[in-house]
Parts: sequence; C-alpha cells; structure tokens
Amino acid sequence: MQLANFLSGLGWNHSLAWFVSQFVLILIFDVVLLVMIAYLLLADRKIWAAVQMRRGPNVVGPFGLLQTFADLFKFLFKEVIIPAGANKVIFMIAPLITVTLAFAGWAVVPMQEHWVVSDINVGILYLFAMSSLGVYGIIMAGWASNSKYPFLSALRAAAQMVSYEVSIGFVIITVLLFAGSLNLSDIVRAQAGTGILPHWYVFSILFPMLPIFFVSALAETNRPPFDLVEAESELVAGFFVEYSSTPFLLFFLGEYLSIVLMCAMCSILFLGGWLPPLNIAPFTWVPGIIWFLLKICFFFFMFAMVKAMVPRYRYDQLMRLGWKVFLPTSLLWVVLTAGWVLFVRPHL
Amino acid sequence: MFEAIAFYFFSAILIASAVMVIAARNPVHSVLFLILSFFNAAGLFVLLGAEFLAMILIVVYVGAVAVLFLFVVMMLDIDFAELKRGSLQYLPFGALVGLILVAELVMAGSVWVLKPAVVAAKASATPAGVTNTVALGRILYTDYVYYFQIAGLVLLVAMIGAIVLTLRSRPGVRRQVISVQNARTAAMAVDMHDLKPGEGA
Repeated sequence: MQLANFLSGLGWNHSLAWFVSQFVLILIFDVVLLVMIAYLLLADRKIWAAVQMRRGPNVVGPFGLLQTFADLFKFLFKEVIIPAGANKVIFMIAPLITVTLAFAGWAVVPMQEHWVVSDINVGILYLFAMSSLGVYGIIMAGWASNSKYPFLSALRAAAQMVSYEVSIGFVIITVLLFAGSLNLSDIVRAQAGTGILPHWYVFSILFPMLPIFFVSALAETNRPPFDLVEAESELVAGFFVEYSSTPFLLFFLGEYLSIVLMCAMCSILFLGGWLPPLNIAPFTWVPGIIWFLLKICFFFFMFAMVKAMVPRYRYDQLMRLGWKVFLPTSLLWVVLTAGWVLFVRPHL
Repeated sequence: MFEAIAFYFFSAILIASAVMVIAARNPVHSVLFLILSFFNAAGLFVLLGAEFLAMILIVVYVGAVAVLFLFVVMMLDIDFAELKRGSLQYLPFGALVGLILVAELVMAGSVWVLKPAVVAAKASATPAGVTNTVALGRILYTDYVYYFQIAGLVLLVAMIGAIVLTLRSRPGVRRQVISVQNARTAAMAVDMHDLKPGEGA
C-alpha cells in the first residue's frame, strides 16, 4: 500500500500504481513463503529422522541447513523426461496447476492484523475452493502419464479428496456459524475474547472439530497415513511415477505448500491466528506474525509426527473413516453449533 | 481499466473454452475445457461483485461435480471418430433445437416484463451495507425458504434413488466390522491347550 502511494506520488496512474505495488507484494510474499517451505521441509526430514533414531540430512551446510537448496538445484539441473505415450500438454500443465493452486490459496491468509494480500469477504470459501481444486493436478498427471500406476493413483486421489472435502466443508461451516463471517481476519478477530483468556475456538464447543479437521487435512493433502495416492509398496510412487526433474519439483513444492496452508488454516480456524495465547503484557508485546508462525510450526510438527509414527491406512478403512465417522460427526456438530449459537449463546 | 481488461480476458477464454468443449476430439480434453469455462465464469461473477456465487460455483461444480465427471470420462474408452460418424444426418434436428433455445432466450430477454420492485432490486450484486453472502442468506432463508427446502428434498430423493439403484448385497463377502474387532478379547481369541509330548492336538 505504501508503495502504491509512493508510485502515485511520482505521478503514476492510480490503478497502475496499485497493480505494480500488489505485484511486488505478492512477489515478496511468495519468496518468503518459499524460503519458509525450504526450512520446514528440512525440519520435516529432521523430525522424521529423530523419530527413527537417525541423524537426518547433516552434510550440506552446517546441520544440513542447505540440504533443501542442494536438492532444489539437483532437480533443476536434471533432464526433463516426457514419456513417449504421454499426453504432452496435460502432462506438463498438471504440475503447474498443482503449484499455482497451492500458491493461490495463500493470497487470503492473514499473517497479522491487516497483513493480508487480499482481504476478501469470502476468504474461507476461497481457501476451501483452492484446496479442493488441488485434486486436478493429481488426476491430470495420472491420466496424462498414460501408465497404469499413475492412473490407479489418480482414481484413488479423486475418490479420497472428494470424500474428505465433505467433512472439511462441514467443519468450516461450524466455525463460520460461530464467527458469523466468512472473512478470515474477522474469524480471527472473533476469537480475541474480552478478558485475559482468549476465546480460541479450540476451547469452545467446537473442540472436537479440530481433530476432525486435522485428520481430514492429512487426507486432503495426501499425507501419511492417508498417502494411498503415492503408496510406494503398491503404486511405485503414484501419480508422479513418470515425472522427473523440475515438474517433479513442482509437485513436491505444491504438496508442501498445501500442507503448510492446511496448518495455517488449522491455526486460523481454531487457535486464533495471530492472537497471543494470553492477553497480558509479555505476550502482547510479541508481534502477531510470530504467534501465527509458531502455531503453523506446531501443526507442522504434528503433521511430521503423524507421518513418522502412523502406518498407512487400507483404502476401505480410509473411506469408512471419511464417510461413516467424520461425515456424521461433523454434520451432527453443525446442528449442535447452530443450536448453540441460536439458543444458548445469547443467554451466556 | 483493469476491470475492462479482466472482463474481456475472462469472457474471451470462457467462450473459446466453451467452443472447445464440443470441438475437442478427446473427451478428457472436453471435460478439462469445461472446467476452464466454469473457472472463467467464476471470474466474471467476481467482477460483478457476486463473490459468494463465484466461490460456490468453483467449490460445487469444479471441485466436486467435474471431478466425478472427469473420473468417469477418464475410465471410458470412447472412439470419438466412431461416435461422430453420421452426425451430419442429425445436424438439422440439432440446429432446430438450438434455434428454439435461442428464440426462447431472446424472448425471455426482451418480452419479459418485470415488476417495478424487481427492476429496482435488479443488478445489485452487492446491496448497500451488507456483503452478498449475507444478502443471499436473508432472501434464501426468508422469502424463498420453501423453495430452498423443496430443492433440498429433491436432491435427497435423487441421492436415495441413486443409492437404491446401485445397492446390491452379495453373499459370501466378508466385511470388516470395527466394533466386533474392538470387542474381541484375548479370552475369545486364544484357546490354551496343555499338550502332552508325543500326542499332538
């Protein structure tokens, strides 16, 4: 915004100044996001290694801090191989779609009060839409590869992600019934509370929705124990069997971006986004973005621990969990929350 | 200026991809073009200020319906050249249907007379003071609540119908019952025998 004002001061057209400043803002945001992903990726591998009593990456740079960048350049310098039988255009578009959607979701995530690229009224729906579109990258990749394992993986992905979107949708409905808004910043502000204790939704009657949302997020991002899409023991590597070098890198990047986006969603919907844990002095001095990043890191740690500790689900169990356990529970909770908001909360 | 550029951008891609839906040789490409046109329609909704409709269009049609569509089309092995053979003899009939539809659209657009109250309320995707999600909710759950409920019931009937049509119980299938598994104890599963050497079980 300040850049826009500065450029307008230089005699630029107002809308052009807005466009350029927004472009620069998005560029900076994405670069910061990429660096964050690079270190979260390293953290993921380190946590995983620690659970298995290994050292993890520790050769490139001090404590292996540059490992991700070494991997990045390895992927960039390798040759792109496109199978002869592949549908070339869709084969190359698929990773682009995955990574673009994963980046696009971040546009509405509020980092701090007024620190958001686009503060739209339907932010939560936008996030939901972007995460549900993520399945297209996988389906297109699986189909375009023209090979059996990727195709099976694409079919699995379609069924799995559509199933778990339903429960994610219902969990989101409970939260927005409570907050009375679809704007993410408003949802966070609604959790501010009045006294010392904040009114985070995880401490309200919405508390069972956090585990459901967390597990559905695992399934939606194809993380273990729900990584049936890329189950190595059955499907070699799933939908990206035929991908190499940069397209593979894009899939990898998109996957981690959407995982961290899900962590951010968990902390915005249930742990009060940028709000400090207690509304008293030493906590309120810390900038909101630090709290937000800490909450993201907490959820990312949980994601990593689940990956390290839980064995993979069988496909029928995955479907049973989604349709027979999460769907009825979250639907019931929508009814309960609506009743609470309408009849109980006004009298509290 | 940017709004005009965005409008022409979205509309041009929308029309081009809509044409490609019927022109593409590969059915999977058709579905992908259909998705692209949904996406651009959502962009046009956003330009109108109807952001709720735009997001719902993407979540429902692109995120769920089109995925299932793609799912089915991917698994079919259709030779489209075979299907398209002899399409010329159906062309007059298709053109007739198309003409009737166009005539109806023109009539709906020109002959239709709206109440003055409706005319005043028309073309305001964002009524003053409220977001359009709130505005939609206020209309949908008050004036049109019965229509809303009826639409819901129609969908419920369709869902039950689809389930009934595809439900079949095959004998001899062993299903996993989690509650039975969890209720199983060591006493139920393990049978201790005291075997003497040289006798066997």
